Amino acid sequence: MSPQPVLEAQDISKHFVLKGSGDLLGRNRPVLHAVDDVSLSIARGEAVGLVGESGCGKSTLARIISRLVDPTAGTLSMSGRSITDISSARFVRSDLRRKIQMVFQDPSDSVNPRFSVFDIIADPLRQLCRPATKAELVARVREAARAVNLAPELLDRFPHQLSGGQKARVGIARAMIVDPELLVLDEPTSALDVSVQATVLKLLARLTREANVALLFVSHDLNVVRLLCSRIFVMYLGRIVESGPTEEIFNRPRHPYTKALLSAVPTLRSGRTGERVKLEGEPRSPIDPDPLACRLVGRCPWQQQRCTAAEPELAACGPAHAVRCHFPLD
Amino acid sequence: MKHLEISGQAEPVASAPPLLSINELSVRFRTRSGIVNALDRVTFEVRPGEIVGVVGESGSGKSVTAFAVMGILDAAASITGGSIHFEGRDVLGMNRRERDMWRGSEASIIFQNPRVALNPIRKVGQQIADVLARHSPASPSAIRQSVLDALRQVRLPDPEKRQSAYPTELSGGQCQRVGIAMALACSPRLLIADEPTTGLDVTTQAVIMELIRDLARSRQLGTVFITHDLALAAQYCDRVVVMHAGHVVETAAVSELFSAARHPYTAKLLRSVPSLVDRLEELQAIEGSLPDLRRVDLPFCRFAERCERRISLCDSAPLSLAPIGPNHCVACRNPL
Amino acid sequence: MNSMMRERLRVAHYLIAENPINLVAFGLFAFLLLAAIIGPVVAPHSPLATDTSIALQPPSVAHWFGTDQLGRDVFSRVLVATRLDLFIAFSAVILSCIVGSTIGAVIGYFGGWLDATVSRCVDVLMAFPLFVLAMAVVAALGNTVMNVVYATAVINLPFYIRLARAEINVRRSLGYVEAARVGGSGDFRILSVILLPNALSPIVVQASVNLGWAVLNAAGLSFLGLGVRAPTPEWGIMVAEGAHFIASGQWWIVFFPACALMITVFSFNLLGDVVRDILDPRLRT
Repeated sequence: MSPQPVLEAQDISKHFVLKGSGDLLGRNRPVLHAVDDVSLSIARGEAVGLVGESGCGKSTLARIISRLVDPTAGTLSMSGRSITDISSARFVRSDLRRKIQMVFQDPSDSVNPRFSVFDIIADPLRQLCRPATKAELVARVREAARAVNLAPELLDRFPHQLSGGQKARVGIARAMIVDPELLVLDEPTSALDVSVQATVLKLLARLTREANVALLFVSHDLNVVRLLCSRIFVMYLGRIVESGPTEEIFNRPRHPYTKALLSAVPTLRSGRTGERVKLEGEPRSPIDPDPLACRLVGRCPWQQQRCTAAEPELAACGPAHAVRCHFPLD
Repeated sequence: MKHLEISGQAEPVASAPPLLSINELSVRFRTRSGIVNALDRVTFEVRPGEIVGVVGESGSGKSVTAFAVMGILDAAASITGGSIHFEGRDVLGMNRRERDMWRGSEASIIFQNPRVALNPIRKVGQQIADVLARHSPASPSAIRQSVLDALRQVRLPDPEKRQSAYPTELSGGQCQRVGIAMALACSPRLLIADEPTTGLDVTTQAVIMELIRDLARSRQLGTVFITHDLALAAQYCDRVVVMHAGHVVETAAVSELFSAARHPYTAKLLRSVPSLVDRLEELQAIEGSLPDLRRVDLPFCRFAERCERRISLCDSAPLSLAPIGPNHCVACRNPL
Repeated sequence: MNSMMRERLRVAHYLIAENPINLVAFGLFAFLLLAAIIGPVVAPHSPLATDTSIALQPPSVAHWFGTDQLGRDVFSRVLVATRLDLFIAFSAVILSCIVGSTIGAVIGYFGGWLDATVSRCVDVLMAFPLFVLAMAVVAALGNTVMNVVYATAVINLPFYIRLARAEINVRRSLGYVEAARVGGSGDFRILSVILLPNALSPIVVQASVNLGWAVLNAAGLSFLGLGVRAPTPEWGIMVAEGAHFIASGQWWIVFFPACALMITVFSFNLLGDVVRDILDPRLRT
């Protein structure tokens, strides 16, 4: 019997009602569909990638999963326990808060400039785990710093005295110190230099493997996601358009958008085949999307009549491989 | 040996005299905390019709080189040595007026972060018209026509409508197209693109890069493409110049560089980039960090302190680029 | 806080050494503080002692600043008044700063209808000529020193509210605030422990610049007869009283308190500049 997934999301939606528009009585206001009916599950220790371009909703979804933002609809549960039955404000005080932690994109504004490195790493520990003695706190902070290869003398320094790579590692130490079960990473390496990225990526892989922590790796950089994740979800305009094992997605993408995305990524690795698939024009507006058409209509080179008549459902197209398309590629 | 997928490219004219020739260029910056030796004897050239990629990490000096060529360095910068020649003319010797006329009409630059590079309170059509009016004054209707032509050239859909848009009304990719249109409006012969696709989605990046490459080929422009993304350089450039800490460490044709890099830094860089490896285990970080360019005791080879192949010869005398193969130069005393 | 303090002191030292004006600012400020603290003790004469036989005497060896119409020693009065004027200015600014920053931080953080409501109230407040408002407050509450403090504090509130609101607003969606939420901090802790230290610098700069204005305000109110009452020595009152005598040639009764006011305001303004230079992170390498 397989164990409970560490995180399960069911029909998560996030809609924003746009203020200041619509008729005089405030009815019929346009609604921005940032995330629409997303369901996914992450198994214990699994590294899952969430990819898509700007505006696809992946960052919003990441924040919903880490309970920084309340979804408009849908439920989340951790190891079977619902975590959406209380508001995100109350969740902060719950004992489940420490189980989902987050690593943020820009190291320079994800660490408090007025806190010392020690305090930055110790803060979640103080708030969520309340160690019994000061000695225990110090020991655990030192251990967390050591695990990310931060020299102990850096603990007394302040963020402006640290390099980008060092700050990124502080962010990881801070997230890992409370022994989370799921780590949500929102583009953790895109603001880093190329040579530092490699260090941080390998560090993440090692740490999470050793602690059996599940990863939700949100990124627009497919090359990075490919190296770290075993399963990938591809998002477009708030919906999951394809999901499956990494190898499958990269070698046999079934959704036109996935194929276009992959063909646009510059890479020199072996095994890349095929011509570049181009998508015409710009993505459609996420405001009041047509419920009766596929969201790629107008851009898809394989578009047919049916695509403007009904929105496709997410359907299996292989073992553990699902695609949302009326005419999946092969 | 990896199988490399380099898209087919038309070969530029190899025997033509260089369009741009940078020789032993050295640049220093005065800062509050000392003098930064940003560039040290940078040397490379660009031929007409050729796309040269300048790759390096941040701090390697690639943007400083571009700004030095265009004459838009910060006031705190001073060129302490070397020369820049454009079609045989001494660029650094030009007076202010000549330089202003040269910039925009004979050589042009596209900046990163397109939205920031455009004036947010001026319509994009007007901004292109400004460039045209400055270098080739003509009647307003002729300029209007040229603006529309320029926008069509960069494949901006619906140019009549778009030209009266403000930059904030356009997407990142559209803004960059406008930036390219402005750069090419007066038909320059040299184009410098400073990380033109930073901040753009990957699909938009592919489209913009293709646009730049197509325009460069059709107009036989000499292009300098600055980037930190090695795979991108591999895909769109003919030749690559690798920079490290203000030095040029290696220059070679693209296929040669990626299959047979000779400088230890280049080799390490190629192994540290996710787009160039197959598995996480193959990924190797580069140890150590960039040397502080404010030091007065900088070694002759600025990579020496991190290099496993360091020998006593490395510390003996200043380093220069030396040919190591056909069209392949490296600045190393102990190359691979 | 050790290494941060050390670095701040290093920058402070650098700034003072670099620009002699900064030294002047600190020197003047230190002198004023000294005058406020030990003034009443070292004053050569009692500031309240009247002696009409020596009234309206020009500056002399016995009375450095001369005597006023009641024979009181102007120098002693100017010196002793320092304490009162500084007290009013500091109290008003500190009160204004604390209350204003708190309100501003809360509305900047929570936004929404709270922000909209309070901001409109602030707009209304700022629509009044502020000095007239201060007069109205003192007239309504009564003529006491504390009411002058409250009045000055009230008219300075909008600046702190707006400043704190802006500083908090800009920072509330930054990575480290989200990290604090994920790390178990509730709204109150995020505002007070996480965000406020970051917003402090511009507020402190505003406060030090504000001091000069507060002194002028207090003096202005007393000049009009509101707030501090005779015979309490206070620069504004002294200027008011002395104004009558300029025409008849007894300039020293107005001149010295006015000078004191000017030097104080000047010193606070300079100080504000220096504090801004020290705290402004953009100045650091």
